[in-house]
Amino acid sequence: MVSRNSLSGPLDPAPDAGYVDPPPRKGFFTDTSVCIGCKACEVACKEWNGVPSDGLNLLGMSFDNTGMLGADSWRHVAFIEQARPIGAQSAPFADLPTGPSGSAAAAAVVEAGVVATGHAPGLGTRGKQEPVADAAADSAESATAFLGMPTATLPGAGGDVAARTDLRWLMASDVCKHCTHAACLDVCPTGSLFRTEFGTVVVQQDICNGCGYCVSACPYGVIDKRETDGRAWKCTLCYDRLKGDMEPACAKACPTESIQFGDLDELRERADRRLEQLHGSGVQEARLYGHDENDGVGGDGAFFLLLDEPEVYGLPPDPIVSTKDLPDMWRRAGLAAAVMAVGVVSAFVGGRR
Amino acid sequence: MAEAHPVGFQWVMEAKARGAKVIHVDPRFTRTSALADTFVPLRAGSDVAFLGGIINYVLQNDLDFREYVVAYTNAATIVSDQFVDVDDLDGLFSGFDPETRTYDSSSWQYEGTEGHEGDASSGESHGGATPSDIQRDETLQHPRCVYQVLKRHYARYTPEMVQRVCGVPPEKFLEVCQAWAANSGRERTTMLVYSVGWTQHTTGVQYIRAGAILQLLLGNVGRPGGGIMPLRGHASIQGSTDIPTLFNLLPGYLPMPHHEQHETLQQWVDDMRLPGQKGFWSNAGAYGVSLLKAYWGDAATAENDYCFDHLPRLTGDHGTYQQVLDMIDGKIKGYFLLGQNPAVGSAHGKAQRLGMANLDWLVVRDLFMIESATFWQDGPEVATGEIVPEECRTEVFFLPAASYVEKEGTFTQTQRLLQWREKAVDAEGDCRSELWFVYHLGEMVRQRLAGSTEQRDRAVLDLVWDYPTHGVHAEPSAEAVLQEINGFQVADRSPLSSFTELKDDGSTVGGCWIYTGVYADGVNQAARRKPRAEQDEVAAEWGWAWPANRRLLYNRASADPQGRPWSDRKKYLWWDEDKGEWSGPDVPDFEKNKAPGYRAPDGASGVEAINGDDPFIMQSDGKGWLYAPVGLIDGPMPTHYEAAESPFRNSLYGQQGNPTRKVYEHPSNLTNPSPPEPHSDVFPFIFTTSRLTEHHTSGAMSRYVEYLAELMPAMFVEVSPELAAERRLEHLGWAHIVTARSAIEARVLVTDRMVPLRVENRVVHQVWLPYHWGQGGLTAGDSANDLLSINLDPNALIQESKVGTCDVRPGRRPTGPALLDFVEDYRRRAGVADGQHIPIVTAGSSGRVDNEHEGTEN
Repeated sequence: MVSRNSLSGPLDPAPDAGYVDPPPRKGFFTDTSVCIGCKACEVACKEWNGVPSDGLNLLGMSFDNTGMLGADSWRHVAFIEQARPIGAQSAPFADLPTGPSGSAAAAAVVEAGVVATGHAPGLGTRGKQEPVADAAADSAESATAFLGMPTATLPGAGGDVAARTDLRWLMASDVCKHCTHAACLDVCPTGSLFRTEFGTVVVQQDICNGCGYCVSACPYGVIDKRETDGRAWKCTLCYDRLKGDMEPACAKACPTESIQFGDLDELRERADRRLEQLHGSGVQEARLYGHDENDGVGGDGAFFLLLDEPEVYGLPPDPIVSTKDLPDMWRRAGLAAAVMAVGVVSAFVGGRR
Repeated sequence: MAEAHPVGFQWVMEAKARGAKVIHVDPRFTRTSALADTFVPLRAGSDVAFLGGIINYVLQNDLDFREYVVAYTNAATIVSDQFVDVDDLDGLFSGFDPETRTYDSSSWQYEGTEGHEGDASSGESHGGATPSDIQRDETLQHPRCVYQVLKRHYARYTPEMVQRVCGVPPEKFLEVCQAWAANSGRERTTMLVYSVGWTQHTTGVQYIRAGAILQLLLGNVGRPGGGIMPLRGHASIQGSTDIPTLFNLLPGYLPMPHHEQHETLQQWVDDMRLPGQKGFWSNAGAYGVSLLKAYWGDAATAENDYCFDHLPRLTGDHGTYQQVLDMIDGKIKGYFLLGQNPAVGSAHGKAQRLGMANLDWLVVRDLFMIESATFWQDGPEVATGEIVPEECRTEVFFLPAASYVEKEGTFTQTQRLLQWREKAVDAEGDCRSELWFVYHLGEMVRQRLAGSTEQRDRAVLDLVWDYPTHGVHAEPSAEAVLQEINGFQVADRSPLSSFTELKDDGSTVGGCWIYTGVYADGVNQAARRKPRAEQDEVAAEWGWAWPANRRLLYNRASADPQGRPWSDRKKYLWWDEDKGEWSGPDVPDFEKNKAPGYRAPDGASGVEAINGDDPFIMQSDGKGWLYAPVGLIDGPMPTHYEAAESPFRNSLYGQQGNPTRKVYEHPSNLTNPSPPEPHSDVFPFIFTTSRLTEHHTSGAMSRYVEYLAELMPAMFVEVSPELAAERRLEHLGWAHIVTARSAIEARVLVTDRMVPLRVENRVVHQVWLPYHWGQGGLTAGDSANDLLSINLDPNALIQESKVGTCDVRPGRRPTGPALLDFVEDYRRRAGVADGQHIPIVTAGSSGRVDNEHEGTEN
């Protein structure tokens, strides 16, 4: 069953994993250009999958109080405020008496907030509620020098002050990418992580031993250990619902069809058409992310249409599965072994002289 | 809309995908703005100036849909020469009595009808009587025709004035004007969608009127893709207006009788139908008597006026805010709260809580132990010492309620569509439905009263109270209630299929005349779920819409006067000459066989008096009203008044605010000063409140739910970077917001989405607060509604909760009794201490203070 691209490159993962006549590979196409940030996906996911709350933390990251994906957040809606327009949108604040943007200062606080939540993969968040605010507020104090600086003139009145005219508010629902080449699965020593017949990647909680190798292996920082039980958790693409011929809870709940579920081939075509439409209507910044089968993970089962660089959304620009370099590493190791063998042999050969 | 109605917003996104341009006008940049093509920020409370500016743009540039306007609106009708507009009276219409602050509307009438109804204060109105021979000038040249009156009224609402009053740059304003006008007319229609925050102003009804005038001028009413769509604030709020939870209405918009004006059934009916009037209200007797038969069944006979005397009578204002102040004054003893949380969700939270703390008993039925049930032990007034738990006299009964998935019934949504909802699961424990509660409470009261010979008990004992029950908890049948609402023949209990079958002779029962037909043929029509793929786009077999399953009201207007569609693109209803009837995918909102050429005979009244080209069949002249000669308390045309609390002097008139607004001059209800009064600078900023997607109204259904609470886990206030700099506010730090009522604290979010505006040549800051928080739940916080005063729209008695003035300070607010001293100091500085109230009639007073008066004309 091991094919040429088993470790990297284009591949249909279910047959590669040994399924005979599996159903077409399933996935998500998340079109962030129509996301309205309602967070219905986050709630529907938690309701269906019984994911616990991840605490009451006001992060100050615009309307995002989830922070990032983790053991207790399998969908995460990011909110990004930027002083630039979307496509042909007219400048919302043109001719208004605005001053400079507060976003630079806010961004510093955001960073502090994220650090303070301890909401990084593997660290967990529960029981750490109050310090977030305090740490973030402390940070705000040090980072937002402009906030305490009253000016002699009205905001925006001075000619040397850069007035805000543009604003766009990006929203995007992030999720496990269900990589074609899933590093989490490859490094799992117990076989707890497995490839389903739908080509998705799922953790079997009953045999996860909590070693955490998957957490460090994931190039997207998605899979995460839950502090309370030590096991790894992430999106299952609602494996149970798929088995019952139902779409995943988040896609079902999404009111604007920002989250689209279906056969991956079909979704990729749909995404190409949407991208073309957006480019045609002047939204040149639109781009696809995770759709390319030749990228570092062999393409994602859950891919996105973004309106800015992936980093803006907290996504890695060039994710690479850790197994991608495996053949090369083995080759080098093999070469080294061969050289060594040759050396040894030649030593003996030389010794006979 | 994306914030409060994300599910409905999918259709906006779908329209956008098909090329629609989406314009969003809002004081703050919301999730809706993020997806709109154009965002227009404006000053909260300046909407009539904005819409009036668009009306003026349409009229000055002859952009109205002239054929529609002449044929279907009252544009051509001549107004009485006694009418004097606001421009000549410094912001007042003719007929104003400064003592009572009410209008005598007799001078507002059409020419030749001045003798009719002169009392504008009757509130809920059905359009007054209009004789069939009213004078019209279809050339629209007569100086007193509605078209010219309207044109003069709005002539001052220029783009420059819009910029000065609303803070909207002219380019932005013209973009909106042009887009709206260009997308209206014969080939295209535009829909006006608003969420109910729009109504929450002292001029709220006139906001909607201004929208209606614009839509009528552009031919966007009664046509597919047009109309005015209010997005209601809860599931079935439309239903609880149709079958009302309002003190002054009975089911089907029949007025609650008044103790002086409606001593007899005949007086009540005549007041609704106005003898000689055109239109369907002429059958009001049948609607009223059938309702009385639904209430009192066999006991209701012709001899006893169908038990008309059993109905309670209005003696004045019994609205929710009057009641609360009456509670504070000890005039009300008991209070039922069914799914309502006024301690957090209603304006002036302190007044709400102090009122509820002064009752004999309070019954709270809700999903969670909400603030309105616990205020006596943990409310903000306990901290300040104003409520002492050990001494609070109110006995509170908390009864757990079944949720929407645990009971059956109908929801009525904004399209007037009734949809039947099945019960999914049984409620746990003691949780019960409202239907169960009301039915069994009635049973118990009737048992207590059984055998009574007191006349006053007859109203309860004579009630038809025979709903079948089922299950271990004896749940009444919701379907039986729906059957009664639908109505039936008394003789054989056969269900009625249309309200035209209702009779005023006691032979029919009808619990809500506009709902007749929902159980036509003995079938629950609201439960129909035919998929859209199996029917046309009107989807007439999905649920049931009142009246008569009509999906588009006044749809006769979708055809031209001769009965032909205005255009092929907007084809909806048309006259089929061969069949002699109106055809189309929808139920005609017109008599099916009345030809376009029909002309009412002389002396006709009622339905017969409606001409074949009069689409607005509920109006007494069959026309859409650009000018409302009756029915509104505060004037026949929307006029810009400043909000009850505003940092600015009215630019257009000496009259500062709505002169007829309802103000309760109660010691607990102080209003911040506005110009021309001094000291308005004590509260220099504007605040507005609204919802977040993540929470629901008072938070009673969301702050207590883990998965929702974590999404918005703290009360916050949003400020612009400019205001943050000015007031030294720190992102994620604390701020407190102060009004003459109270001070609340919130976490600060500094965001580029909030911007200062330039209004009247000075910069004004607006802050925004969500109103979801209270002291209970998983995430607790101060309540934004504690900041509000009780200033009401005079027509609908709805509170002005979307705009007020405030001060914003960094850090947390004082606590305990110190909070009272803190607020008192603000009151003293603002000149409203000791229960002083600011004057309301300011016309003719311009120049009273020497700044900010350039807009007045005297």
